[in-house]
Amino acid sequence: MQPTIHVVDLCKTYQVPEREEGFGAAFKSLFRRKMRAVKAVDAITLDVGQGEVVGFLGPNGAGKTTTLKMLAGLLFPTGGTVEVLGHVPFKRQRDYLRQMTLVMGNRNQLQWDIPALDSFNLNRAIYRLPTKAYRQMRDELIDLMGVSDLVHKPVRNLSLGERMKVEIIGSLLHQPKVLFLDEPTIGLDVTMQRKIRAFLAEYNQRHGATVLLTSHYMADIEALCKRVIVIHHGKLLFDGNLSDLAAQFSSYKTVSVTVEDPALDLSAYGEVITREGERITLRIPKAETSRVTSRLLGEQPILDLTIEDPPIEEVIERVFAQEAVV
Amino acid sequence: MSGVLNMISFYLTTMKTAVVVQFQYRVSNYLYMLGMVAEPIIYLVVWTTVARAQGGAVGGITAGGFAAYYIVWTLVRNINIVFTPYGWEARIQRGQLSGQLLRPLHPIHYDLAYFAGWKFVVVFLWLPIAAVLALIFHPTLSATPTDVVAFALALACAYLIRSIFLWILGMITFWTTRVSAIFELYMALELLLSGRLLPLTLLPPWAQTISNFLPFQWTFNFPIEALIGGYSTQHLLLGLAAQLGWVVGGFAVLQLVWRAGVGRFTSVGN
Repeated sequence: MQPTIHVVDLCKTYQVPEREEGFGAAFKSLFRRKMRAVKAVDAITLDVGQGEVVGFLGPNGAGKTTTLKMLAGLLFPTGGTVEVLGHVPFKRQRDYLRQMTLVMGNRNQLQWDIPALDSFNLNRAIYRLPTKAYRQMRDELIDLMGVSDLVHKPVRNLSLGERMKVEIIGSLLHQPKVLFLDEPTIGLDVTMQRKIRAFLAEYNQRHGATVLLTSHYMADIEALCKRVIVIHHGKLLFDGNLSDLAAQFSSYKTVSVTVEDPALDLSAYGEVITREGERITLRIPKAETSRVTSRLLGEQPILDLTIEDPPIEEVIERVFAQEAVV
Repeated sequence: MSGVLNMISFYLTTMKTAVVVQFQYRVSNYLYMLGMVAEPIIYLVVWTTVARAQGGAVGGITAGGFAAYYIVWTLVRNINIVFTPYGWEARIQRGQLSGQLLRPLHPIHYDLAYFAGWKFVVVFLWLPIAAVLALIFHPTLSATPTDVVAFALALACAYLIRSIFLWILGMITFWTTRVSAIFELYMALELLLSGRLLPLTLLPPWAQTISNFLPFQWTFNFPIEALIGGYSTQHLLLGLAAQLGWVVGGFAVLQLVWRAGVGRFTSVGN
């Protein structure tokens, strides 16, 4: 079966103007501008199947947004091939644009001065949606997001989180088959983030949409994505299950033990990371985990012991630090 | 056929949206109209004073003729308000064009429809202002039904011509990021050669000749004169045909620049 998103050796190089600081350099740049080639995306290859929700991770400037823009058709690749839903995105054929959406957390697409409902109606006209189908979808999304009281207010009167909710509804009215979500929960509080996550998960379930999501909040990724793609400096570092990411990139495990004596010194077994009352957490090299835990259980009065992978944020930090090409 | 109906639906919805947006800002609408009226009143006072000082007319135009010209001017000017290159600058700098490129519709349709919708509010506010100006300045106007029909068509074409040419100018932003300086130059030429500052018949012959080769006069002078100038039917038809030519030619250029500009935009990004 043809993947929904098919990318082979995708590249994007920007020509960026640069100059030294100061008046002299500014004056010189009037006559001779120095340009530097910056490789934002460097030979990325990936496939995403229909209905998959994939987390797209990377630090700032890794090339995530550039990749999403190329997939959406906003940027012309400098190399490689891209196909989404069988279309070449940068041709921006209407048939393609009617089947996808790109939501950018920091961009506003709805009319600022009027209630979101009026903007939704404008989207109906733009996407040529039959009135009945539009109303059905609109009401379903409003209900799902729980914003029936917000859609009557002018968008400018909504809070950041409220605005993001109605922005997302506006971008899904045409029932896109592919969603590119660039930091959809940026700047939102935890409750609002959770609400949007639940909404996206439900939309994906109901409509079988393919979702490619970037976020700096690992909670978004953990809640929505089984699979993650990690890029750094434009290169693909990892493509696989979220659970495998820790297994592959983490060289240690965290071992938490409950003891009777909170003052017990366990530093001989590994690096003590936290000590909260009777609960002590140690960092232990992965290869030594079984040996050290056997020793702990044998030599110390341990009431309870759990072995876990480190928090995903730490794993991701480690991935970015290693920059190992997989 | 369904494509045409869908497009009509889009235009009507967008026009309604524009009206709704304008209704949000009542005070700003009144202030806008006051601002719009200030410019022609200055011209009107100056030219009627000059006409009276010169024995009743300047270049064959009487005080009543000037009054008719500048009162109709106020309507033509309002119809001529379109999406400007300043809007283009903001659209590109704020990244709003990206959102429009992702819609399955050429963005010019949105601008044409939105600003056309805005006219309903503007014309509604213009009517009492025109009535007051007529009471004060006593315009000389004897338009026939043919003139009125030609005027309506000329207004629509003027709107299209100005929209298209300012869109083309705005698209320079694809290459320069800032377009204000070129827009200022355009506005200076338009002010002089369109009939906005003064009726074209008062310009020296060489300037009138130049204006024949530029689109400006078809956005101001021709629509105004179509109503008040007592043109023959043949003259009106020729004028409308010329406007149509500028619309078609302008749209062809717009498409070429658009393709090149979007090509550059999608290469460079924003």
